[in-house]
Amino acid sequence: MQPTDIRDPNYFHKVVDCQWACPAHTPVPEYIRLIAAGRYADAYMVNWKSNVFPGILGRTCDRPCEPACRRGRVEENNGEKPEPVAICRLKRVAADNEGDVQARMPKPATTRNGKRIACIGAGPASLTVARDLAPLGYEVTVFEADPKGGGFMRTQVPRFRLPESVIDEEVGYILDLGVTLKSNQRIESMRAMLGQGFDAIFVGTGAPRGRALELPGSSEAAASIHIGIDWLASVYFGHIKKVGKRVIVLGGGNTAMDCCRSARRLGGEDVKVIVRSGFDEMKASPWEKEDAAHEGIPILNYLVPKAYVHENGKLVGMNFEKVRAEYDERGRRKLVPAGEAEQFFACDEVLVAVGQENAFPWIERDIGIAFNEWGMPVVDAVTHQSSLPNVLFGGDAAFGPKNIIWAVAHGHEAAVSIDRLLSGLNPVERPAPAVEVISQKMGIHEWSYDNDISRDDRFKVPVLPLEKALTSITLEAELGFDAATAWKEAQRCLNCDVQTVFTDSACIECDACVDICPMDCISFTGNGDEAELRTRLTAPALNLEQSLYVSGPLKTQRVMVKDEDVCLHCGLCAERCPTGAWDMRKVLMEMTHANSPCAKASRKQEVA
Amino acid sequence: MTYIAKPGLRHPTLQKNALCLTRRDYEGKISTLCAGCGHDSISAAIIQACWELNIEPHRVAKLSGIGCSSKTPDYFLGQSHGFNTVHGRMPSVLTGANLANRELLYMGVSGDGDSASIGMGQFIHAMRRGVNMVYIVENNGVYGLTKGQFSATADQGSVSKKGVVNADSSIDLIGIALQLGATYVARSFSGDKKQLVPLIKGAILHQGPAFLDVISPCVAFNNHAGSTKSYEYVREHNDAVNRMDVIPERSEIEVDFDAGQTVEVAQHDGSILRLHKLEDDYDPCDRIAARNYIGQHHARGEVVTGLLYVDPEPADLHSHLGTIAEPLNRLGASELSPGQAALDKINARLR
Repeated sequence: MQPTDIRDPNYFHKVVDCQWACPAHTPVPEYIRLIAAGRYADAYMVNWKSNVFPGILGRTCDRPCEPACRRGRVEENNGEKPEPVAICRLKRVAADNEGDVQARMPKPATTRNGKRIACIGAGPASLTVARDLAPLGYEVTVFEADPKGGGFMRTQVPRFRLPESVIDEEVGYILDLGVTLKSNQRIESMRAMLGQGFDAIFVGTGAPRGRALELPGSSEAAASIHIGIDWLASVYFGHIKKVGKRVIVLGGGNTAMDCCRSARRLGGEDVKVIVRSGFDEMKASPWEKEDAAHEGIPILNYLVPKAYVHENGKLVGMNFEKVRAEYDERGRRKLVPAGEAEQFFACDEVLVAVGQENAFPWIERDIGIAFNEWGMPVVDAVTHQSSLPNVLFGGDAAFGPKNIIWAVAHGHEAAVSIDRLLSGLNPVERPAPAVEVISQKMGIHEWSYDNDISRDDRFKVPVLPLEKALTSITLEAELGFDAATAWKEAQRCLNCDVQTVFTDSACIECDACVDICPMDCISFTGNGDEAELRTRLTAPALNLEQSLYVSGPLKTQRVMVKDEDVCLHCGLCAERCPTGAWDMRKVLMEMTHANSPCAKASRKQEVA
Repeated sequence: MTYIAKPGLRHPTLQKNALCLTRRDYEGKISTLCAGCGHDSISAAIIQACWELNIEPHRVAKLSGIGCSSKTPDYFLGQSHGFNTVHGRMPSVLTGANLANRELLYMGVSGDGDSASIGMGQFIHAMRRGVNMVYIVENNGVYGLTKGQFSATADQGSVSKKGVVNADSSIDLIGIALQLGATYVARSFSGDKKQLVPLIKGAILHQGPAFLDVISPCVAFNNHAGSTKSYEYVREHNDAVNRMDVIPERSEIEVDFDAGQTVEVAQHDGSILRLHKLEDDYDPCDRIAARNYIGQHHARGEVVTGLLYVDPEPADLHSHLGTIAEPLNRLGASELSPGQAALDKINARLR
């Protein structure tokens, strides 16, 4: 193998599994250390800079970071159940204890750069665009059909998961940057928008249409059948205050989980979720399924809905066909009837949460914005531009339903595009991330990070007692970690951003690092091609998604090979290295957001 | 942020041996030696060898004297018996222990100061009496604990870190062990575990006095240009006479050597030492030839390593003395006090 080029920022970024997996590339270990140090406001700002909504995401994020977390792999065969660090809920700790951070927020621009930006829809994507661009001097106007900003975070995520005060605070930080929110203003025509002289238009309207499920009995029993996301919004607006005693929720995603848990709080006593697929293949996040189960909601699987059963228009239940999964030789799943009699489940109301769709009836098809065969706008995956270069899409509106953290990531990227576009630069060229490398060495055995690995199992987030939680739709069910538990959970983090950096010219091949490494990550061996090399290391490197760090040839013509897979970043290799060939260096990587070369240029001119 | 213990977490695929122990279970406390010390690599090699041979840790006694090397038994086999003796007195304490209970595996760990200076007399007598033990000298050629004076094994003409040339003749422990009747004699290098681990395994299985001289560079005081015990010097001047594979009794024979000339030496316990010859005319069963070969090559500045001599049918101290096989602590009153009749018999023999 060729020696690893550690100057490529992606190499060490990839080692920080959580940050690499995060769509917004939040520097997770950095803020976890700040939480452990009790520097909650600093931790909040690291988050805020990167993901804009720490308090909201600390409660609702889909957490792509956690399945990626190295701790989960490290704990394999090292205890009862391997679990990642509770990254998401630690983020909430920063938000819960941040104190007053208003003074740390960017100030509204004192001079405008004369460019006007419209954001359509006040969801996370649009708000991110507004946050990135407003401080640079752009005049940003956000149009929102509802009375307040926040989009589906406000209207569809139930209050017992996300208190409204958190939304108000975090949306407020953005509006305080001099962003104009035009609420209660639904945009009905893109043609009209284009005529208003905006320099760029960002579409962040989400995927607002819940999919219906037409079955025999649909029209007769319509009064008792609700589209999940619409029902959740009606609950938020107070149009719906209670639900029947027996409720069936159809669908296996997170919306279904929100529906069933809301139903339990609005008078539903016998609430069950029924899904077509198997329990394990459900789209809902595992922890959301656990939360539903905790609230006494059974999830029945492999049942395909067949009919709404009604008596003279009054819904009495639903019929389902039992199926089983069969896999063809290519591993594709097919649901085939199990050959059993149809099953009947009695209910008073049905909540349908079987998917969401995008809807752009307000974008005329003859104004230059190309749509594909599925009715989705053609959007560049990098720049987020549509076929009209000054009209950009992000969030669910761009590539279909995802989640908040993706919307934020899209918002950042779209803001970069807009900024470059309006500065006369090519938006296809993206700014490189900012990389800061700092050695952590303070003494022979002293590091400026806590390298003593905690053996604790993941801590559970305390919740309200069930009998209390189920009494109210607005009472937050999760209490969040207290400071002491947060510290203990933070100690589980392996500090993967503190990198093991190897200097081959300094190595005397004494084997001290090989001997001390608790995870057998390090080998000194003859070079070879990657596949072959992986088999003959101190411990075989079987996780092909994790890189091998290969040095140049050493004095004995061998090379140092480090398997990054389960490294604890404990720094013992560097402690035991007599020549400093190993060093622990924090590689802090921050994505570059819109930074307005044109604004800077104009400032320079002013100075001149 | 402080000096931490080696984390207990281990590689998820770490293998277990026949005793269901992982290699990590054979570790001891974390080393307090200087970073990069060759001794730590030797400890790791001992750990590896014991794990591979399915040695029960509680059936091992580790004895040592004083010095950096003699600290190391604390860093491996944390669940074995240990005894840290007066400086240079490991061989006599070990001899006593061995006489009292021959069923344990005796591992004597010593250094060049502990064995070639203050304990020289002890070392030679343990060898000539034929105590069944693994005698490992972690040989770095300097007194590390007192900041780098030449030890008795430092080669004549080698240069200290401060630039002083060593005028004294050096003691070659290998030559002495060969002369005095050690039945398993090997030299290796802490920086070459591929060679060292099988040599330790062979020594453990050998049922007689096994002596290993392991060159172990002192990174703090003897790893400079002019030293003949530095990583670089030993790598450049290493003349390995053979490579070894230890095949314990009743185990499948796997060979990872290239095709070449191999000789097999069956040891008394049924294990086989398979030697891949690197020097065509080197016969590891010829004690006198071995001494000549080592002397000639040493004169050329080469460090001869490998299994230098093995006697497949060794005798040990117990067989010389005709002692009882049973450990003394298991003898009952009737054996210890056989009665008047037995005493009369002894007395009659002396009349």
